[in-house]
Amino acid sequence: MVEEESVRVVRCGGSELNFRRAVFSADSKYIFCVSGDFVKVHSTATEECVHILQGHRNLVTGIQLNPNNHLQLYSCSFDGTIKLWDYIDGILIKTFIVGHKLHAIFTLACAEDSVFVIINKEKPDVFQLVSVKLPKSSSQEIEAKELSFVLDYINQSPKCIAFGNEGEYVAAVRDFYLSVYFFKKKTTSRFTLSSSKNKKHAKNNFTCVACHPKEDCIATGHKDGKIRLWRNFDDGKKYTYTCLHWHHDMVMDLAFSVTGTSLLSGGRESVLVEWRDATEKNKEFLPRLGATIEHISVSPAGDLFCTSHSDNKIIIIHRNLEASAVIQGLVKDSSISTGLMIDPRTKALVLNGKPGHLQFYSLQHDKQLYNLDIIQQEYINDYGLIQIELTKAAFGCYGNWLATVEKRQEKETELDLQMKLWMYNKKTQGFVLNTKINMPHEDHITAVCFCNAEKFENPTLVTASKDGHFKVWILTDDSDIYKKAVGWTCDFVGSYHKYQATNCCFSEDGSLLAVSFEEIVTIWDSETWELKCTFCQRAGNIRHLCFGRLTCSKYLLGATENGILCCWNLLSCALEWSAKLNIRVMEPDPHSENIAAISQSSVGSDLFVFKPSEPRPLYIQKNISREEVQWGVFVLRDVPESFTSEAYQWLNRSQFYFLTKSQSLLTFSTKSPEEKLTPTSKQLLAEESLPTTPFYFILGKHREQQDEKTNEALESERVQLPLTENIPAISELLHTPAHVLPSASFLCSKFVNSLLLSKETKRNS
Amino acid sequence: MAGYKPAAIQTYPVLGEKITQDTLYWNNYKTPVQIKEFGAVSKVDFSPQPPYNYAVTASSRIHIYGRYSQEPIKTFSRFKDTAYCATFRQDGRLLVAGSEDGGVQLFDISGRAPLRQFEGHTKAVHTVDFTADKYHVVSGADDYTVKLWDIPNSKEILTFKEHSDYVRCGCASKLNPDLFVTGSYDHTVKMFDTRTNKSVISVEHGQPVEGVLLFPSGGLLASAGGRYVKIWDMLKGGQLLVSLKNHHKTVTCLYLSSSGQRLLSGSLDRKVKVYSTTSYKVVHSFDYAASILSLALAHEDETIVVGMTNGILSVKHRKSEAKKDSLPRRRRPAYRTFIKGKNYMKQRDDILINRPSKKHLELYDRDLKNFRISKALDRVLEPSCTVKTPEITVSIIKELNRRGVLANALAGRDEKEISRVLNFLIRNLSQPRFAPVLINAAEIIIDIYLPVIGQSPVVDKKFLLLQGLVEKEIDYQRELLETLGMMDMLFATMTRKESTSVLQHTSDGFLENKKVES
Repeated sequence: MVEEESVRVVRCGGSELNFRRAVFSADSKYIFCVSGDFVKVHSTATEECVHILQGHRNLVTGIQLNPNNHLQLYSCSFDGTIKLWDYIDGILIKTFIVGHKLHAIFTLACAEDSVFVIINKEKPDVFQLVSVKLPKSSSQEIEAKELSFVLDYINQSPKCIAFGNEGEYVAAVRDFYLSVYFFKKKTTSRFTLSSSKNKKHAKNNFTCVACHPKEDCIATGHKDGKIRLWRNFDDGKKYTYTCLHWHHDMVMDLAFSVTGTSLLSGGRESVLVEWRDATEKNKEFLPRLGATIEHISVSPAGDLFCTSHSDNKIIIIHRNLEASAVIQGLVKDSSISTGLMIDPRTKALVLNGKPGHLQFYSLQHDKQLYNLDIIQQEYINDYGLIQIELTKAAFGCYGNWLATVEKRQEKETELDLQMKLWMYNKKTQGFVLNTKINMPHEDHITAVCFCNAEKFENPTLVTASKDGHFKVWILTDDSDIYKKAVGWTCDFVGSYHKYQATNCCFSEDGSLLAVSFEEIVTIWDSETWELKCTFCQRAGNIRHLCFGRLTCSKYLLGATENGILCCWNLLSCALEWSAKLNIRVMEPDPHSENIAAISQSSVGSDLFVFKPSEPRPLYIQKNISREEVQWGVFVLRDVPESFTSEAYQWLNRSQFYFLTKSQSLLTFSTKSPEEKLTPTSKQLLAEESLPTTPFYFILGKHREQQDEKTNEALESERVQLPLTENIPAISELLHTPAHVLPSASFLCSKFVNSLLLSKETKRNS
Repeated sequence: MAGYKPAAIQTYPVLGEKITQDTLYWNNYKTPVQIKEFGAVSKVDFSPQPPYNYAVTASSRIHIYGRYSQEPIKTFSRFKDTAYCATFRQDGRLLVAGSEDGGVQLFDISGRAPLRQFEGHTKAVHTVDFTADKYHVVSGADDYTVKLWDIPNSKEILTFKEHSDYVRCGCASKLNPDLFVTGSYDHTVKMFDTRTNKSVISVEHGQPVEGVLLFPSGGLLASAGGRYVKIWDMLKGGQLLVSLKNHHKTVTCLYLSSSGQRLLSGSLDRKVKVYSTTSYKVVHSFDYAASILSLALAHEDETIVVGMTNGILSVKHRKSEAKKDSLPRRRRPAYRTFIKGKNYMKQRDDILINRPSKKHLELYDRDLKNFRISKALDRVLEPSCTVKTPEITVSIIKELNRRGVLANALAGRDEKEISRVLNFLIRNLSQPRFAPVLINAAEIIIDIYLPVIGQSPVVDKKFLLLQGLVEKEIDYQRELLETLGMMDMLFATMTRKESTSVLQHTSDGFLENKKVES
């Protein structure tokens, strides 16, 4: 690195996949979904991300296939542009600059040179549907300013607009009325639900709309869970509607199948309902999809459906209602109470996932690795229901143990707590429940921490609670001659003058345990569980507590609620230094002495990186985020960077990730995250002619490399490598039925030999 | 997508003794039959051949009992003085016994008078045994000698004079006709080989040896003496494998269960302990009324016979397992229904579709899965469930509460159904592990049925009962809290005293140290 770029805050994956409806390619091989500023192209068969279409400078708000060329894709964005892509190669073809903030895009086969977009012109909540004429030009960037108004005062969500019967009319819903605009007659009809007028708290607001592809029929979803099918709406008076009712909560989205014989609906129940022939009797269900269905879309070929869910996931479903693939992004729960953790084994980021689960999210691949079901109970998705929450989690002993705490509180006095301890099973490569402890404390658990020092062969866990106690749990051998078993038992209960225990933390070598009781920090000897000393600064309750590492292990840091950061020297038992900082997040780097602290002010959040040995920070970055930062974590880099500047050296070996209140995952980098991502998918680009199987990926990649090599060889005129197709051994191997082939060990040497070049050929050429 | 997750049933740890396979096995005996003998029962030996009669040596008689008879089927009483150690030969046809006067007598089971009499010991013979070749008898006596006798011509073949105290126990190898071990009050156990006319291995037990036992393989030896049972590895030349100290009085007898997996030891502390022979941990223990002198197990552990110092012989028979078959069995589907279609070979163009395996769900889970909440609650309020497994009922109530439908499930019940719910509450409300869930349910019931109270005398009575229960519980809690307060006070004063005394103590020690240094 010659010239150092400045380090800046960048978003790092985890953007919403469920923001808009996903779109299938014409042959159902690919599925497109918006993902922040990008459009992602996934294979429907393998779930793998094939391309990331990047070019928009703001949130992508809509995608549609080009009806005239099914190998092209339109996308619109808040940055005011419509872009046309070749998704097979991932190339941007054209950019149309509209100038307004675009909220959604619709295309019609009959309107060849124009698309429909939703814009808002004057007031922030008045939206219009306009048609944009896309001028034909050979240049890359084209101004498209020719807008013609279609419908006014509509909902901004694209779910509330639907084009029907090959573009004869467009239906839009908002609040209590449905408006239909006929393109030929150029008239608008409005339909209002009668009950909505007289009842004040009527819940039959329109939520979504879908149009039958062949007939004049409009389906609308309502907030009270009803679906209404409207017919004869070209006449303002004779219109009729029928009602379908199964959902007990809001209908989130509707979609007709390609032929129009069945209607799909979904909502908070997370059940996909298929209504056959639009009758109430004929319905099929696909239950337990995991989270609220936000969007439903249907492939143009008609063989696949897909549902987007509120937990940032897209499920691809077969025509016969069988889920076939899941594309899962970072689940954004409403509250991350477990904080950010790193699984020591997989190096995955671990945090609350879908309800009752812990998610393991790979930062390198922007992909969820797996979900660990912690609560293990049927999830009832109902509005206002008090759910069991996963509140705390901690990894211990190099990822061998995982402790989780869950709680359910209905009333003030009725607290239900459960602590679970999970052991990593090497055979099954997953966590297995080992011990379940009911009501480990009488009140909320505020902190859980493992002792990770090497000298402790016996795993030790400490929990601190608001009931004024901290408890030490140890692993005990429970085995007898019948079975081998280990379990966790309480070893010690400590308290300090009945103050609430708020934090706990082990020193790096595991010899000391620090527990903060409101304003007071107590230090305990971890061998005898004796109280060694106490620190008190009278500066508010302790919010964060951590020991220094490596050379700074003699320091203890505490951040208080009144905005004081204190550093105590454990050898002299005296305050070393203190600073006025309103710290929200304090996170020690496990591989260096550095400690990152994020402070909160009225303007934004600031980052400070310092060593406990001196109060002067190593690095300050003001205003890293406008929102409150809730959690942070250090992650060891795979490949160390080489920043020479002193200020950036803290980033050499580790990377700092943090999560803001609106659940965006951010980090510090000189490069954009997508550059670093180097998607493996690029190499896995599928050819059109071959089916995309895993075997194909392996062989295809190999072939690609070989092609490159032959090209090189041709250019430099050195050696011409034989193409794999020309080798008889390979074709023999691939074309002979497997059951008549001799054993693989017999074939192996022959096969490998055929791939080698003999010296004679070299000389000959 | 994941399937239905069954409702979580709370499990509670079972208090008291752990139920293991061993406790089940060793408790599966009928109540003991007590037989009164004339004196202390010094030896019980089972015939190795069916019908597995056993010989009981007590005082100057040897009784032979049949398997289920409480009266002796045969008695040998031709002893002038106390008889010892009546032992069957491997074929169950001969019996040998020692006696107080130093004679060793050999009986035929069918006869009455002794077949052979081996004279040579000068003092009481406490142990006799047949060797593995059936033609010799080994005997140990209080004259410190061990002798080997030939049965056909009733002659003494060898004499070993290596022990320096009474020889009180012995055991011949089941495999090798030339090997046997004896234990003596000189604290040693010696293994003799008749081919070398001296002991080949000698191990030091540490206490007067009361019993020895060779394991069937001959590789391990168990010895009992004092409070210890020790296991020796004979293949390593008599290395101590493990020393067990589980009795608190002298261990008098050892026996191996028929499978060879368990070792039993009887002791003067009136206990029989069962050890696992792999881990040498106590897996079970029996209590008896008096000090135990002898112990034997029948073939397949069918019977446990224990002889005691007060002359009582305790006989326990295994419970027969045939009872269960007497119930009329429901006709099950024929075997062919299960294999139907299983052996169909896939043809060329067939597509194999596997039927997804059905997960077995409990009935209440099936109801919950289909949101039939009232029915699920009804199901767990059945008497069969509430009596045997109240934790399931409580878990389902908790689950309904979690789903937010408990009030719906409890509402709309008639007199009979509501009294069933109330009965359950009355029975279990005061149990601390169920209380949080059930108090909540009780509150909901009172809220729902308050408007109709007074219409049914049955339900009103139940409500009054519940009220009384709650009041009693509150009083009880108050009392407990008072006691706790008193105890806290006592503990507070106690700890203060203790700490001061400790302080003084340490200061004393410190002073002493200083003195030493100076």
